[in-house]
Amino acid sequence: MSVGASSLGPPPVTTPLADVAPPPGGAPSPAPAKPPAPPAAAAPSGGAGLFRRAVDAIAVPTLSFVAALALFGVFIAFTGRNPAAVYYQMFRGSFGTWFSFQNTLLRAAPLMLTALATALPLRLGLVVLGGEGAMVLGGLAAAAFGYVAVEHGHSPTYIKTVMLSSGFIVGGAWIALAGGLRAYRGVNETISTLLLNYIAIALLNHIVEGPLRDPASLNKPSTPPIGDDNMLGNLPGLDVHWGLAFGLLACLITWVLMNRTTFGFAARMAGGNVRAALLNGLPVGRLFVAATFIGGACAGLAGSVEVAAIHGTANASLVTGYGYTGVLVAFIARGNPLAVIPVAIILGGIGASGGLLQRVFDLPDATVNVLQGILFICILFSDTFRGKSMFKARKPAGAK
Amino acid sequence: MADAAVSTGAAGVALAVLGGAIRISTPFLFVSLGECLTEKSGRVNLGLEGTLVMGAMGAYGVSYLSGSPWLGVLAAGALGVILGALHAWLCSRPRVNDVAVGIALMLFGVGLAFFLGKPLIGPTAPHLPAIPLGAWSSSAQVRSALQLNALFVLGLVMTGVVLFVLRRTRWGLILRTVGESADSARAMGYDVNSVRLRATMAGGFLAGIGGSFLSLFYPGSWNEGLSSGQGLMAVALVIFARWDPVRCLFASLLFGGASALGPALQSVGVTSGYYLFNAAPYALTLAIIIATSSRDRALVGQPAELRVAR
Repeated sequence: MSVGASSLGPPPVTTPLADVAPPPGGAPSPAPAKPPAPPAAAAPSGGAGLFRRAVDAIAVPTLSFVAALALFGVFIAFTGRNPAAVYYQMFRGSFGTWFSFQNTLLRAAPLMLTALATALPLRLGLVVLGGEGAMVLGGLAAAAFGYVAVEHGHSPTYIKTVMLSSGFIVGGAWIALAGGLRAYRGVNETISTLLLNYIAIALLNHIVEGPLRDPASLNKPSTPPIGDDNMLGNLPGLDVHWGLAFGLLACLITWVLMNRTTFGFAARMAGGNVRAALLNGLPVGRLFVAATFIGGACAGLAGSVEVAAIHGTANASLVTGYGYTGVLVAFIARGNPLAVIPVAIILGGIGASGGLLQRVFDLPDATVNVLQGILFICILFSDTFRGKSMFKARKPAGAK
Repeated sequence: MADAAVSTGAAGVALAVLGGAIRISTPFLFVSLGECLTEKSGRVNLGLEGTLVMGAMGAYGVSYLSGSPWLGVLAAGALGVILGALHAWLCSRPRVNDVAVGIALMLFGVGLAFFLGKPLIGPTAPHLPAIPLGAWSSSAQVRSALQLNALFVLGLVMTGVVLFVLRRTRWGLILRTVGESADSARAMGYDVNSVRLRATMAGGFLAGIGGSFLSLFYPGSWNEGLSSGQGLMAVALVIFARWDPVRCLFASLLFGGASALGPALQSVGVTSGYYLFNAAPYALTLAIIIATSSRDRALVGQPAELRVAR
């Protein structure tokens, strides 16, 4: 898989739309000349440039991953445990056996979808952290609309379709709200999506404790169950539910969307230089809304899959933290939907090994979070070693 | 009779909101003052949520081991300084983005605090003292509402100190210069990175102290659900406060009051919509940011270096 090499250049981040004047007259430039080259074309061309890009795309992330593992090893050694033994168990608990690998895939599936909520807007220069909220609301919508469909006595296929599409739409609308606020009101999308996460969780609690509470759910307030017949099954031959197929498909489709269509071209151009995009008459505001909708819709789908394939009802178990791990996945993948797939599998593996670490080494469950935090810091720090950055440098290098 | 019950209920809610405003606002106040200082130097530290939780864990641990809550407060500040220095050092490298590093440090700080704090769930550590301003009253409600904590008083003092430092000292002037135009500061011979390093460390110190309030006064114990995003809301609150320390104080009080609304209504028997009232501070933050943002003009008081970044 040519994941790294297929990356079409690094998506820059933090371009100020708020400070940019609206396009003159709103009309496209009179001469229908070809718009300027996308940011990728700015990368050095020729053999040396290709080598440089290969180093950037493969070697730098790999080395920072190794560095993170080394730092984590030092941390583990400080707690008086043998890092090599911990790594061995982590491997065993994530990829070592067929059983643990299926467990890894089960965790990777929602991570692929929540990562897209951050990855797609990242290509437009937006830092969206709202995957968690979109996933929670997507799951809630799936349970609520699914329940209504069950009450009306519809067929299982119909009910499944209702559940998945309602999660998709609600999750998309939730994050598109932040995208729209950024585009038309200049509201910082990082802050607004974080706040929307808390509001989404409060909405979930309100609805499962009140209007839609199943009287039979005593200890753990939940919505009424949708029934076993209406649940999504497993993929043929695997102990992994259909969410994995949805995750893989979503990554493939969004990769095609971002890299092989005019929409993706326009979106990446807006991410490269908002001013240039506006001057070329691109509808940057609508691009922001569309990208945040698609990303949020994927995260919402993750939530509805959690309900339709695992829980069968919406309750506090929907607050998983997959949304925040998805942010990490998206940043490591540098916003490239294809790269999201392997990164989600690796991080799903780290998550899957957490239980084993608790049992074998008596390590707290937060161990996985520590490793993720170290990994995140190392990946961001590695930007400084790249030929070109994921983030547009605010000042010329060295001037800071 | 019914009217009287309603009016004491309403008064009770108002009193509880007032008490909550004072009690709950303290961590908001410290984190927003710290973030204000950091952002005035032209850098955003989104990682203060992690600093807050680390501070809460460190303060509780040190207070438990040493028996002195004030040593715990100091330890929380020191942890904040370390995390702030880490943020500043990472961001001082070329091409490293401060917002993204902040998110990473938020996840790292929270994870590390949960990891190290696992043995601290359970044991009781000595608490910070309270100042009973309501001792004159015979009503228990009034007394508990006016139970002023020492850290809130310290926060009031720190508001003045931060204001004075920013407006009236040489260091404050340099810091604001760096935040308004790094190039000018560089041309004048100041080391931009070292100014930002100190500003981020000072901001981390304040945020760490804010964390110690959570574990040593209210709610007053260490557990993993201690912070519900106060560190993040405080960052948003700085935007609302227009990067002004005194407005940070008032905004914190407002948010503390909003956070107290849900529990206050529940205590008088209004239980429906409890969770929605708990979302009040988040919704309020969002509404205020929407109301104060604009597509076309920069925000009043915003450091110019941040305008480039956003």
